[in-house]
Amino acid sequence: MDAKLLPPTADMLRFLPETILTIAGTLLLLLEGFKKDEDSRTVISTLTAIAIALAMYGTVVAYGNPGLAFSGMIISDGFAAFFRLVVLAVGLLTVLSSTAYLEREKSSTGEFYVLLLFSLAGQCLMAAANELIMVFIGLEVSSIASYILAGYLRDDKRGNESALKYFLLGSFATAFLLYGVAWVYGMTGSTNLLVIRAALEAGVPSMTMVGAAAGLMLVGFAFKISAAPFQVWAPDVYQGAPAPVSGFLSAGPKAVAFAVMIRVFQTGFEAIAPRWEPVLWMMALATMTIGNFAAMWQNNIKRMLGYSSIAHAGYVLVAVTAHSTTGTAAAMFYLAAYGLMNYGAFAIVTYVAGRGEEHVTLDHFKGLSQRQPAVAALLTVFLLSLLGVPLTAGFFGKFYIFKAAIDSHMVWLTALGLLNSAVAAYYYLRVLVVMYMHESESTAHAPEIPGGLKITMWLTAAATVVLGVFPGLVLDFATKFAALNK
Amino acid sequence: MSLYDLFPPEFFKLSVPLAGYLILSAILFTIGVATFLFRRNVITVFMAIELMLNAVNLTFVTFSNHFGKVDGQIFSFFVMVVAAAEAAVGLAIILMVFRNRATLQIDDFDTLKN
Repeated sequence: MDAKLLPPTADMLRFLPETILTIAGTLLLLLEGFKKDEDSRTVISTLTAIAIALAMYGTVVAYGNPGLAFSGMIISDGFAAFFRLVVLAVGLLTVLSSTAYLEREKSSTGEFYVLLLFSLAGQCLMAAANELIMVFIGLEVSSIASYILAGYLRDDKRGNESALKYFLLGSFATAFLLYGVAWVYGMTGSTNLLVIRAALEAGVPSMTMVGAAAGLMLVGFAFKISAAPFQVWAPDVYQGAPAPVSGFLSAGPKAVAFAVMIRVFQTGFEAIAPRWEPVLWMMALATMTIGNFAAMWQNNIKRMLGYSSIAHAGYVLVAVTAHSTTGTAAAMFYLAAYGLMNYGAFAIVTYVAGRGEEHVTLDHFKGLSQRQPAVAALLTVFLLSLLGVPLTAGFFGKFYIFKAAIDSHMVWLTALGLLNSAVAAYYYLRVLVVMYMHESESTAHAPEIPGGLKITMWLTAAATVVLGVFPGLVLDFATKFAALNK
Repeated sequence: MSLYDLFPPEFFKLSVPLAGYLILSAILFTIGVATFLFRRNVITVFMAIELMLNAVNLTFVTFSNHFGKVDGQIFSFFVMVVAAAEAAVGLAIILMVFRNRATLQIDDFDTLKN
């Protein structure tokens, strides 16, 4: 009786990142209540950054203790560690760029950072979940905090609307996911992925019902990764949410939703792979096409990046459809690279948008190269990387994805995917043309770039280029950890 | 005619087959989805999500009873807790939107579009 009050130390260590984030979040919430002067904001954002760095260290500790924890509910493996680090890195960038943003919008409060920490805790839990109920709890912890972050500027109409749409459609999707979980539980008698896998291999009463349950869960995941036909919320939410939050939402939660999806389908539902592969194939194609073609008509940069994020989800789905170790590794590399370059692009938008985010249309980027040569050059790096030009991370990301697709004999999907990338050139290059070949309309003196934003821009740009020259830095890890079920 | 006459102890020993509960939960879930898709008031739409989550709970509890294990019932507690947290945040967001726009009709929230 006495020894059972606390779980074994090894279990606690495998759960360390989430523990650190949750405790730090709670303490900072208390601190926010006691400190009311303006200086305390910097203290809180610094402490948040330290907490995230500690959680990264916790991830390394958890990786040093591989195995199952809490009766098989959590798994600490390389795959979990990889995605935990990706979301924590995105979180760190968000802290760096939000401080200046919140000051500019005059809504600098500590709760923003606390919500960010809770959202990260949920995402880390998702990355390590080995059980469908844990997936659900991680997803909700992450989502509920993100709903508030999306509407953080309370008096901003666009932010409100964005939060409402995100909340309604997100909860709707979660209900589908959960109904799928309930039916999987009913058919296999468990929600543990390894048990589900064993049960499906041994045979269950009704394979049709398992297929339907997997379909319901797929609907839930498709919403979270903004895959067609469940992508409609993404552009609205990314357009309306504060720019640093949009960057965060398009990088962190999306990467980890993919991680969960890969883990669930390639361990739990491995036995019914022939049923879900064609569905993912069509979903990948539809997602790429809708994202790219809709992005062409956008005049608002944030909305364009929203559609572009749908298109990128489509590319990653190609890698997931490939259903091989190389495919999973390619998806992991792409999600890490995409997180960095897309966050960088959103950091630039954060800066150019100005107070109240009024300068977000293409016209406001006219002549940016004359006003702000460095900013324009950095945005060029990000857009070229999103497009997939060689010497950027995006190139290798796309290269590995389509290589994995060819290896899995998906020639048609590869060809259509490459055509899609060509379409994408139109809207990315259009921004470059506007920046470099149009005269600036405004003569206003450009405000100085705040320190945190500057660091974010340069860090992400450096990472984009370094990964474009030495992709092995990340790909080696991805390849090592991609074998989930072997 | 007392309540006892209406529902004698034998009444509670009658068993409804497993499929009955599952069909009921599927119907509840479908009503939830239809309400979400076709109603135009934000509060009603929000209630539709709660209905869907309750359908899920019913499914969990049914299977849990069927297997003779308690884990499904524990899951339904998790779902309830999360639904409560979601309701708190959701109603706060709806309140905020209402303050800024003085309307609860979904069709009026169209600032963000192509």
